[in-house]
Amino acid sequence: MSVALKMLVGDRLKYLGLVAGIAFAALLITQQASILIGLAHQTGSFIRDTAVADLWVMDPQVRFSQDALPIRDTTLERVRGVEGVRWAVPMYQGFLKARLPDGTRVTTILIGIDDATLLGGPPRIVRGTLADLRGDNAVFIDEAALDTKWMQKRSGGRGLRVGDRITINDKDAVIAGTYSASQSFFWEPITYTTYTRALRYAPPERNLMVFTLVKVDPGQDVSAVAERIARTTGLDALTGQQFIERTAGYILKETGILVNFGLAVGLGFVIGTLIAGQMLYNFTLDNLRHYGALKAMGAGNWLLVRMTMLQVLTVGALGLGIGVGAATYLGRIVGEAGLAFRMPWQVLAGAAVAILAICTLAGLLSIARVLRLEPAIVFKA
Amino acid sequence: MSTAAAQPAPSALPPAGAPIAIRCRGVTKHYGSGDARVVALRGIDLDVACGELMMLVGPSGCGKTTLISVIAGILDRDAGECTVFGDDFAAMSGRARTRYRGRNIGFVFQAFNLIPTLTAAENVAVPLMILGEGRAAAVAKGRDMLARVGLGDRARSLPSQLSGGQQQRVAIARALIHGPRLIVCDEPTSALDHETGHVIMRMLKNVALQQDRALVIVTHDARIFGFADRIARMDDGRVERIERPSATGAESA
Repeated sequence: MSVALKMLVGDRLKYLGLVAGIAFAALLITQQASILIGLAHQTGSFIRDTAVADLWVMDPQVRFSQDALPIRDTTLERVRGVEGVRWAVPMYQGFLKARLPDGTRVTTILIGIDDATLLGGPPRIVRGTLADLRGDNAVFIDEAALDTKWMQKRSGGRGLRVGDRITINDKDAVIAGTYSASQSFFWEPITYTTYTRALRYAPPERNLMVFTLVKVDPGQDVSAVAERIARTTGLDALTGQQFIERTAGYILKETGILVNFGLAVGLGFVIGTLIAGQMLYNFTLDNLRHYGALKAMGAGNWLLVRMTMLQVLTVGALGLGIGVGAATYLGRIVGEAGLAFRMPWQVLAGAAVAILAICTLAGLLSIARVLRLEPAIVFKA
Repeated sequence: MSTAAAQPAPSALPPAGAPIAIRCRGVTKHYGSGDARVVALRGIDLDVACGELMMLVGPSGCGKTTLISVIAGILDRDAGECTVFGDDFAAMSGRARTRYRGRNIGFVFQAFNLIPTLTAAENVAVPLMILGEGRAAAVAKGRDMLARVGLGDRARSLPSQLSGGQQQRVAIARALIHGPRLIVCDEPTSALDHETGHVIMRMLKNVALQQDRALVIVTHDARIFGFADRIARMDDGRVERIERPSATGAESA
């Protein structure tokens, strides 16, 4: 088998070409899959950041976390009356227009949280305290978006600061503090305020509550409580994980992201297979006389199959390592830039399986040629 | 198709009393079919004795290479009988045939067929590694064998760093390292100059040929006919006559 490896690495140019082909395929597959998973992960950021709730009660037609379909205000009391519910609080959510001091207009996702408890608020406060939300016209905005999404473009580019006054739907608001949250799939910045004030900012509608957040009594089975809430209200009661999955599923399917990234991953697989297959096949053709000589000298087909597979698996392992390494490095760069990139072990395992499949396919092409080879070829000049 | 005659084709017979290494009777072989059908062997009768160096000569396309391929068990014959040390490849499974070749036959090729990325010693060791011997032990034996063919100081050289004659000596060392009983050579001197060709032939005769071994060489090179014990002249798929080198007017060894 050492002969197989020396045959492989002896021809440096072809060897490096093979490794580069596999590495490129591994990079493409891993990077695209990681971005897709990163995007899918980001679709659930808001839900994940509102970890205080065991259950989210919503209209059954809600398809994703920012799909603001109001439910009746009376739902809150009905949910509170369900056995096993420790507490239930209202949450408003809606896309509203904000006007910055210089006149710049920004669309924001306004979240209204329970006035009394402030449950469901931002995950980490950066400036101010959560209690500051109770101040006059107080709102909290995303610290990371101060100089980007909240940039006052019309006056030369200063971001918002604590204390700045803006209007939301033409009603006064004051930046009372900032928070930090997970990177979101949705572009619009999230603004937190109290539920009552959110209703004041929101355009008038018959019903305005979008979610009821529920905490289940200790020792209670969450799914059983969810079932009771659904039976009592006729609404959906989802755990955070279920809501995340519904959101990710909808976004991935309905936006075409899954198809686009799936195509890119598939393309990586096909390109990798073609490059590796073609190069390996050429490598085999170039060495056909040597394989013929080995056959004449007593090398059986099984030995030649093992030699070929050792060669393809060697370049596969090296290519996978280099490709995944490059993808990780790229991921770190785009991750620092706040872009979606997430590489769980399943991506690595999937890439390894894909590369193994590429190598096996490429190897089979070569093996078929070697197996068909007549050893008598060695006597042909 | 030839009849399975008791005596081979005319003239020189193998040395009396010597055990027979190769026995061919009425061996036929064709390639292709229909209009493209080409008959390569038309009933070959040939005996080669142990300790004998037999040369197969004749014009291109006369069937020399086909015959040597059939004898070496890398090509199936269509009809007739062909045994090597009493063993018939046609009676063996593919795997058994491959194993038999690995143990009992050494090959020397016209184009040397050395693996360019292996050193001379590693190339020589290949047959042993195919037989399952560990790399280190096989390469050590390869170095010893290279010393026997006068290349002890070139064990670490790659084929590209060796002259044509040196490469052929490496190929001879490779053909001999596992102690085969039959050595088949295809045009071993055609890529070499006159002097080097003679060196190679002397080496084949002195190092390879022993009483329990046979050597079959396919060649066009009349300059080396004098090294043969007997010469089988082939034409159009037949052995026309078998003669001793003194009768051919070939150069003396």
